[in-house]
Amino acid sequence: MSETVRRTAAELAEALAAGDVTSTDLTEAHLDRIEAVDGAVHAFLHVDRDGALAQAAESDARRSRGEARGVLDGVPIAVKDVLTTRGLPTTCGSRILEGWVPPYDATVVTRLRDAGLPILGKTNMDEFAMGSSTEHSAYGPTRNPWDLDRIPGGSGGGSAAAVAAFEAPLAIGTDTGGSIRQPGAVTGTVGVKPTYGGVSRYGLVALANSLDQAGPVTRTVLDAAMLHDVIGGHDPRDSTSIQQEWPSFTEAARAGAAGDMTGVRVGVITELAGDGWQRGVMARFDESVELLVRAGAEVVEVSCPSFVHALATYYLILPAEASSNLAKFDAMRYGLRVVPEGDPSAEEVMRATRDAGFGDEVKRRIILGTYALSSGYYDAYYGQAQKIRTLISRDFDAAFAQVDVLVSPTAPTTAFRLGEKLDDPMAMYLNDLATIPANLAGVPGISIPNGLAEEDGLPSGFQVLAPALADDRVYRVGAALEALHTAAWGGPLLDKAPELAGAATPEGSR
Amino acid sequence: MTETLMAYDDVLAAYDPALGLEVHVELNTASKMFCGCPAEFGGEPNAGVCPTCLGLPGAMPVVNGKAVESAIRIGLALNCQIAEWCRFARKNYFYPDMPKNFQTSQYDEPIAFDGWMDVDVDGETFRVEIERAHMEEDTGKSLHVGGATGRIHGADHSLVDYNRAGIPLIEIVTRPILGAGERAPEVARAYVAQLRELIVALGVSEARMDQGNLRADVNLSLSPKGSGVLGTRTETKNVNSFRSVERAVRYEMQRHAAILSGGGSILQETRHWHEDTGITTSGRAKSDAEDYRYFPEPDLVPVAPSREWVEELRGTLPENPTARRARLQAEWGFSDLEMRDTVGAGALGLVEETIAAGAAPQAARKWWLGELARRSNEDGVDLVDLPITPTDVARVQALVDEKVVNDKLARQVLEGVLAGEGTPDEVVEKRGLAVVSDDGALGAAVDKAIAANPDVADKIRDGKVAAAGALIGAVMKEMRGQADAGRVRELILEKLTV
Repeated sequence: MSETVRRTAAELAEALAAGDVTSTDLTEAHLDRIEAVDGAVHAFLHVDRDGALAQAAESDARRSRGEARGVLDGVPIAVKDVLTTRGLPTTCGSRILEGWVPPYDATVVTRLRDAGLPILGKTNMDEFAMGSSTEHSAYGPTRNPWDLDRIPGGSGGGSAAAVAAFEAPLAIGTDTGGSIRQPGAVTGTVGVKPTYGGVSRYGLVALANSLDQAGPVTRTVLDAAMLHDVIGGHDPRDSTSIQQEWPSFTEAARAGAAGDMTGVRVGVITELAGDGWQRGVMARFDESVELLVRAGAEVVEVSCPSFVHALATYYLILPAEASSNLAKFDAMRYGLRVVPEGDPSAEEVMRATRDAGFGDEVKRRIILGTYALSSGYYDAYYGQAQKIRTLISRDFDAAFAQVDVLVSPTAPTTAFRLGEKLDDPMAMYLNDLATIPANLAGVPGISIPNGLAEEDGLPSGFQVLAPALADDRVYRVGAALEALHTAAWGGPLLDKAPELAGAATPEGSR
Repeated sequence: MTETLMAYDDVLAAYDPALGLEVHVELNTASKMFCGCPAEFGGEPNAGVCPTCLGLPGAMPVVNGKAVESAIRIGLALNCQIAEWCRFARKNYFYPDMPKNFQTSQYDEPIAFDGWMDVDVDGETFRVEIERAHMEEDTGKSLHVGGATGRIHGADHSLVDYNRAGIPLIEIVTRPILGAGERAPEVARAYVAQLRELIVALGVSEARMDQGNLRADVNLSLSPKGSGVLGTRTETKNVNSFRSVERAVRYEMQRHAAILSGGGSILQETRHWHEDTGITTSGRAKSDAEDYRYFPEPDLVPVAPSREWVEELRGTLPENPTARRARLQAEWGFSDLEMRDTVGAGALGLVEETIAAGAAPQAARKWWLGELARRSNEDGVDLVDLPITPTDVARVQALVDEKVVNDKLARQVLEGVLAGEGTPDEVVEKRGLAVVSDDGALGAAVDKAIAANPDVADKIRDGKVAAAGALIGAVMKEMRGQADAGRVRELILEKLTV
């Protein structure tokens, strides 16, 4: 493997600034790495070699003129296939959008382009972001670089695996119930779900509008913070985007990296532990908490009683919104069109297309959501879910009155085997138990790698949640814990990941 | 399909009608309800579209502040409460001309609610209660090609133009209008006509019914006389003239009554209005099974107009319609009857604009309620929809006043303008309609008439001046109507008297 691809985005940015490498060099190195390993990992649905190299060349030209647009100018990135990209296919992992090339960029993508980050390609995902394993992609699953027989998490398994397999230093994910954080946990990478409204959703193909949030997928907390600084901030095209000046998350991460947690009040969420939580995951969690205590944090246990209803609430609100969002896929204007035999009506074309174009999980949730919104059921399901959602927000408010941040394991288990939970939707849904409350309340959260479970040798994740708008806290605490762990391990956790088969590029070749 | 109808007087003897009107007003904002595309319908199909109004994956709506302002002004003019906080909702149903397969509308939280409008019907005031006025977006427009009817059934294929998709609409819904009795059709018509007048005065819409800027849906039900129990209603969609509103109400009353008196029951359904035959036909059944699965639009934040803003907008309202009618009647010196006819014909604004363009009040009234009212009846279109402007009418009267044309020729000028031949002056020019008042040409014609009618001439010489009429008629015939009748009379008298 080229050493270039193992470097963090922050290191690459420094090397670019120092003139030690060109964007073309490192973009090419990552494209080569994709070529070498993505046959095994399948993190990408579409690789844009020509486009990425053209953007890299432009970046190099800018830099040579002294006009670099920002620290990450020239550092390549992968984008989850749920964000629209002008001129690049956007499928959302679904057959129904096969071949669709959007005529416009999502605001996040516009900001990446404006900041000069070459876009390597689009990453795999569960269809319309519905799933926790990326097995629901219509284009085949992504595999976990730690063990190719295991899932990389989901829905953003492609982005997490791309970063974990050193195919990209940075990626964009989206998180509706954990789709950035849970893949981060099971691939030993970092994922951040910003405060709802912190990053524009314009051009993010909505799963559940009131829950979705795009965010960074990286290997280090500092890289995530740098990327967040690029993509965040108000967007007039998204009415739910927050109008305020955000502090520098890069600075927050740098400050945290000193590892001093003196005076920081940390709450361990009582409800996010117990039966069904993997032993090794809990052991790593306890060790991380112990590290925080030793670094000066005050740790208390905090109860959030309504969290036990979070999963049920989520699986009413999400399908309700999704059932309506997905109605637009009707073969009339774009995407797949299936025309039945005979002389079909428009409605028959819609029906046949939706039948052929959507996978089972998508259909399941459309049916659930349609039911939950139906007259006579609305109050009992959707209406009730909104009330519980309010209670969950109140639990957060009460908890954050006592502590600065809340912590839990990111996911109850390490990566499970491909196919293991495919026939048991409830078991699959349970993997998001710890991540869902943050989406329901709109608060920010980070997952950082915190070790390997001894029973299977696979990564576990540590989640830090902060009050809405206080994203800087997740970077500060995340960076501190990352520094403490890295010091204890003697290097990044990903150093322990196996070398990928078929990826035998000689060291130092680039 | 022929429906059995009950004679109108028999309907009234047995039933009380309940009316409900839903009027959609297309706003004249520069951009669409939720995106920056031009809010102009027409033009090259699918040119005025963007990811948002096309419903492309990932696109998001942003509320048009100007549309909210117009909605609030309409609400205030209808004496409504203005919500302190309200949301948009999704109305979910599949239709090819609806880009997202849901319409972003308002459901249980309208921007304006609990208002009223006083409607004049033959000099009597009828208070129509307004339940709500809410904001929504228009759909695209389907064009069904190849069928005989232009409807989807029987068409070879359909084309969809999304230029209209997302144009802001305000839907104004009345409470059930009870107690109108025999006047129900007139009340319905007067309500829509006066609502249009109000919308025009507010300047928030072009408000042309023939262009679809203003669309009325007519709800009607009957209850057995005196029972006070509301019957099952039908909703007749897109009734697009004042006259048709009146006819549709009358037709549905007669149709319902025939069914009910025969022991049948009314099917709750939408019905199509047929302008040409003056009947309604069954549309789709509207049962409880139809479920739009409304829920609050999660991509938009609530609309929360500050009270200061609402009061500021209240200050921009035009004069209230009742006060306005009283003021205009006094200014114009119209009798009660003249005023009532003017209002009833939906001509108040037209007469006002014609006067503003220079015509005398009685002259303006005479043209709109005379010749033009006759034409609107003949053609089955509302006065406002006739292809002639108040400025044209004022100019025609000016031509009469300047003696360029006489009354008879003026009617031909109007006809020319209505036929699209141009402005009144252009019609006079093209048709050669100017009257002859040149003494030389007229004198020759007068001499000829005198020579041809010696007995009439003798009578006049004997002092029977009234007989001059016969000679004037002969001269006018000779001149094919294009003579100044006053000057002809003077010339005749000059030649035969003294």
